[in-house]
Amino acid sequence: MARRPFVEIDRVAMRYGGAEGTLALQGCSLDVAEGEFVAVVGPSGCGKSTLMRLVSGLWPASQGGVVVAGEEVNGPIPLVGMAFQNPTLLPWRNILDNVMLPLEVVPAHRKRLSAERKQYEAKAEALLKLVGLEGFGQKQPHQLSGGMQQRTSMCRALIHEPPLLMLDEPFSALDVFTREDLWAVLQDVWLARKPTVILVTHDLREAVYLADRVLVMSARPGRIIAERHIDIPRPRRIETTYDGAFNAVVAELRGLIHQARTGETVDA
Amino acid sequence: MPEIEADRAAVLIARARRRQTLQRWLPWIVIGAAFLVWELAVVVFGVSPFILPAPTAVLQAAVKWWKPLMQDSLVTLGTTLIGFGMAIVFGLALGVAIGSSSMVYRGLYPLLIAFNSIPKVAVVPVLIVWFGIGMWPAVITAFLISFFPIVVNVATGIATVEPELRDVLRALGARPLDIIRKVGIPRAMPYFFASLKIAITVAFVGSIIAESVAPNAGIGRLMMVASSRFDVPLVFAGLIVTGIMGVALYWIAEWIERRTTGWATRGQEGFQPGG
Ligand SMILES: Nc1ncnc2c1ncn2[C@@H]1O[C@H](COP(=O)(O)OP(=O)(O)OP(=O)(O)O)[C@@H](O)[C@H]1O
Ligand SMILES: [Mg+2]
Repeated sequence: MARRPFVEIDRVAMRYGGAEGTLALQGCSLDVAEGEFVAVVGPSGCGKSTLMRLVSGLWPASQGGVVVAGEEVNGPIPLVGMAFQNPTLLPWRNILDNVMLPLEVVPAHRKRLSAERKQYEAKAEALLKLVGLEGFGQKQPHQLSGGMQQRTSMCRALIHEPPLLMLDEPFSALDVFTREDLWAVLQDVWLARKPTVILVTHDLREAVYLADRVLVMSARPGRIIAERHIDIPRPRRIETTYDGAFNAVVAELRGLIHQARTGETVDA
Repeated sequence: MPEIEADRAAVLIARARRRQTLQRWLPWIVIGAAFLVWELAVVVFGVSPFILPAPTAVLQAAVKWWKPLMQDSLVTLGTTLIGFGMAIVFGLALGVAIGSSSMVYRGLYPLLIAFNSIPKVAVVPVLIVWFGIGMWPAVITAFLISFFPIVVNVATGIATVEPELRDVLRALGARPLDIIRKVGIPRAMPYFFASLKIAITVAFVGSIIAESVAPNAGIGRLMMVASSRFDVPLVFAGLIVTGIMGVALYWIAEWIERRTTGWATRGQEGFQPGG
């Protein structure tokens, strides 16, 4: 391999709450190349959100190590844009101010924010428009539906153009049509800027549509038990998802997940 | 059928309106009824005015002594507000410190509770020794009695920030101070304003206690003097004036609360039938 992977996760384990606590991850290893789009799928409760928190440095791993951009992760790093499984908007801020929150914190932007507020606001508005929330900037979070809040939190993850995007089921609260629209949006963003993306999802079609590589996690304690490269050319379109080849990959992954959940094999 | 539907809606809206009007007037109706019962009871049972003067007697006393009543209430109001203002500044600062640092919490909290358990009447003589007769003992008593609820509430608001919200900032590499400023303090604001409503009323209690123990000025002294002259109606007039001032300040605090932290009581503004 010519270059070091952008994200290196080396045999991490994570146990919550002392020696008797839940073992969420064990022996979980994976590498993600710079600019690669990786999707992680796995049964509920297998430790996907936990993995996201370890990579973004929110929690220390109990064992093993995480290296991002060549540096050991010992705490949160401003390289990361993260969308959590819940929208986690600040209820006292309107939508626009919620989206702009990272700009007030991340060192590269916070100094310039007050001088270039107009430009930044325009950028936030443009992002909102991209996810179908044009004109909602002045609304309070509780005036939006759950799916709209989740889209807002995606904008918040994107606004500071982080080189590493961590998305934890960002589309799970959306209807099928909005969801498929946003797949295209996310793909466009990725094609335009080529950030490294780790996307957690329950939706296999979503994983195959978006990712360069899909990783399958085992049941708890989670680790990567299978991976599948997706060679379908980009940009992928919704028509792509009707292809035989596309659906063959989805079916194959479905089999792998079933195996992960039950420990037995099924014949597709 | 649409017309019948519309009729039913109109009936429902009218009913909701009446309910709202009733709710608006309810406090006044209850107060009026209470005074009426009080007056009747005094007349019917022939209670001596030295024990319980009738509301009309209290009103007479209030009219007769309106000038000292007003002057003394204003003094008490001023004293209370100064003490309360100090409590806000100090209470916010200490509350933020206690809420955001478990070191400060462990170090100071027991001491704070111990201090709050001391009856403030017992402290007033010490304050007089320190500050002399004058307004300061009353100001300090108001301060001492009212900062505690502010500290506890602000600290609670900050300490109970949802870990998810904290993580949002931590994931961006925010410094602890950023987290306190952008999540902790805004999140604690509803708690802070809720505590102001309590703090302002107990601040009054503080000033009046001090004014009664060291009768220097204010409505507390007025009541002490009146009761030493067995002018019980005037004592009651003082009590009622105090109550009115307490309610007025409570309302102001509540109004500010509603204006500033609407996000915390969301959804309650939503349903208003008929506009
Ligand atoms: N803060 C926590 N404290 C204790 N245990 C936790 C905590 N968070 C998660 N766990 C446990 O760790 C395991 C993995 O949780 P995690 O949230 O990572 O699962 P997940 O794969 O994201 O599930 P889902 O797909 O349902 O979101 C679960 O068994 C859960 O009970
Ligand atoms: Mg999860």
